[in-house]
Amino acid sequence: MNGAQAILESLKRENVDLVFGYPGGAVLDLYDAVYQAKFPHILTRHEQGAVHAADGYARATGKVGVVFATSGPGATNLITGIATANMDSVPLVCFTGQVTNPLIGKDSFQEADIVGITTPITKHNYLVKKASELPRVIKEAFFIARTGRPGPVVIDIAKDVFTTMLDYEYPQKVKLRGYKGDFTGDEGQIRDVVEALGEAKRPVFFIGGGVTLSNQTEVMREIVKNTGIPVVSSLMGLGCIPAKQDGFLGMVGMHGSYAANMAVQKSDLLIGIGVRFDDRVTGKIDAFAPNAKIVHFEVDKAEINKNVFSHYPVIGDLRWSLPIFNEQLQGSGEDYLNRFAKWHKQVVDMDRECPFSYKTNDKVIMPQQLIDTVSSMVDENTIVVTDVGQHQMWAAQFFNSRNPRQFITSGGLGTMGYGLPAALGAKLGCPDKRVVLFTGDGSVMMNCQEMSTAADNNIDIKVVLLHNRVLGMVTQWQRMFYGKRYSQTLLGGKTDYVKLAQAMGMEACRIEKPQELEASLEKALNVKGPMLIDVMLPANEDVLPMVAPGAQLDNMVLGGAEA
Amino acid sequence: MKKYILAVLVDNKPGVLTHVSGLISRRAFNIESISAGYTEDEDVTRINIEVSVEDDRELEQVVNQLGKLIDVIKIVNLGLVDSIVRELVLLKVRATKGSLADIRNIVDIFRGNIVDVSPENVVIELTGSQSKINAICEMLEDFEIIEIARTGAIALSRGPIPIKNM
Repeated sequence: MNGAQAILESLKRENVDLVFGYPGGAVLDLYDAVYQAKFPHILTRHEQGAVHAADGYARATGKVGVVFATSGPGATNLITGIATANMDSVPLVCFTGQVTNPLIGKDSFQEADIVGITTPITKHNYLVKKASELPRVIKEAFFIARTGRPGPVVIDIAKDVFTTMLDYEYPQKVKLRGYKGDFTGDEGQIRDVVEALGEAKRPVFFIGGGVTLSNQTEVMREIVKNTGIPVVSSLMGLGCIPAKQDGFLGMVGMHGSYAANMAVQKSDLLIGIGVRFDDRVTGKIDAFAPNAKIVHFEVDKAEINKNVFSHYPVIGDLRWSLPIFNEQLQGSGEDYLNRFAKWHKQVVDMDRECPFSYKTNDKVIMPQQLIDTVSSMVDENTIVVTDVGQHQMWAAQFFNSRNPRQFITSGGLGTMGYGLPAALGAKLGCPDKRVVLFTGDGSVMMNCQEMSTAADNNIDIKVVLLHNRVLGMVTQWQRMFYGKRYSQTLLGGKTDYVKLAQAMGMEACRIEKPQELEASLEKALNVKGPMLIDVMLPANEDVLPMVAPGAQLDNMVLGGAEA
Repeated sequence: MKKYILAVLVDNKPGVLTHVSGLISRRAFNIESISAGYTEDEDVTRINIEVSVEDDRELEQVVNQLGKLIDVIKIVNLGLVDSIVRELVLLKVRATKGSLADIRNIVDIFRGNIVDVSPENVVIELTGSQSKINAICEMLEDFEIIEIARTGAIALSRGPIPIKNM
């Protein structure tokens, strides 16, 4: 068996059923093996498309996403996607070709130092110069990518390794002296939290992507149900608790709900679970949750005290800590529901008084109205993918996410161009689910070549284009903080997205009037095969509420239907 | 700013120094010096990092972020345990017939060695604490220091227990 065949054999052992990639000189031998083995592979139209698609696949399925790319520009085209996955803790293994061993370090044709370039944006990376190392390296890479706090791993492989013969044996176990992958911690830390809860009057759960990543949604829901403690979520945590559940206050932070932000600010015990206290959540850090003791359930020790000081850290995998927390709460004999009933009612009332809202009219379709309408038309067996910008925040606010892995978005890095390829990956990972992408006329252009991938492979995604002829989120900031000087944010409006999609081989339609919104959407969403729905929207709508950058959370510009 | 010496045991594999230095630059940590070398275990390299931090929280971040690297096996802050800290310096100093005796005197006082002599210069080798090295450099400035090579600080804890067992 040669190196290329050994890679495919190892992928089979890791239960990989699909690879996303793009061929090139340094990986010709790998692709020859793909051809001969008929290994399932999706050819995207850009390496960035491949890595985002693998990311969408990984987020939708919980499995490791796998990418192939060639050396030099092929590999550097992955960088944005690797950084995106790294920020949101998405498990990926990216195989990149490298120039042949004798040419490494000579500035050879299509050579780039991918290990050096990706070191700050990967969980780990390798340069493989000997074929005999492949089985061990691949075994380690998958183990590292999926365990603990998941993340991307890059394996850079010298071209001659693909054709070198080796005695193949896939290792049973991983031997790493510096990484164990099972993160159980100190139960005493959990007892301390239960004790602190015994004295708390206004506790709040702040949940994040970690709950989804560790598949602990059910336990989390049980804890919430048994205690009646109000819940706020980061962007990455959406879907863990059904959006419409009583006591779930929605997203917290810069564009969070009034009730979520107020609850955090009034809280006396803020229980962070699988979160990293990002600056988009905390606002002014010194004024964040000023009355609260902070609890932090977290697998990554380096997150503790990084942004916010934790009075009660619980270091360990949520798979270990949450079930024990649940048991200890049940064993405590406390009637939490009763104890926190008044606080629960107080925040729920706040949420009812000041929900996410918007004004409609009969002239133009409002972006929030569009999200709301789509949300009402699809069942919970739907995955929503977003790009980045205003539409992303409106989707977070108005889409009714009911399940984990249902709301897929680039949170930490905020990568425009993520949405379209990620939607393709999500659909390929979950063929039985409906996949809807919300994107903007700015974002979609950043990887619009992937419409071709959707069409050629007949990948059934619905692209809902929130088309307002501006780079919306930037214009919003320019409107609010830069005296309406719209520097380089007004798109010309000449591009016909319907024709663009059609030229790529997709179906497409346009919706312009609020009167036709429901009927046209209903029709378009039920077309078989990939479809772009170009929805014309006003350019000057703001995402609200908004906490200005650097302001404290309870200092919100509200807006909405009442304004 | 407070200085600490971290002893970091890492896998002796290619790319490890890239990972460590990449992390330091990405997290914008202040590094005074860094050195690496083989250890009693051939699979393990020891990296000695001297860091400057504002406070304990920053120190904790440095240690925890380094600890996350897959090839880092163990980190011990030797600034927090009783330990011996040394640095080696090589100094090339302008020396004439007239000044050689004075230079030798200074080197003797600091218990250093002259390891190379030419008609125009000497090379001095000196091991010691950083303050001692700074002091000899100051003394030799009058004679013109042509070149300095310093290793950065390395440290070892006192007593029989190696850091891998701490």
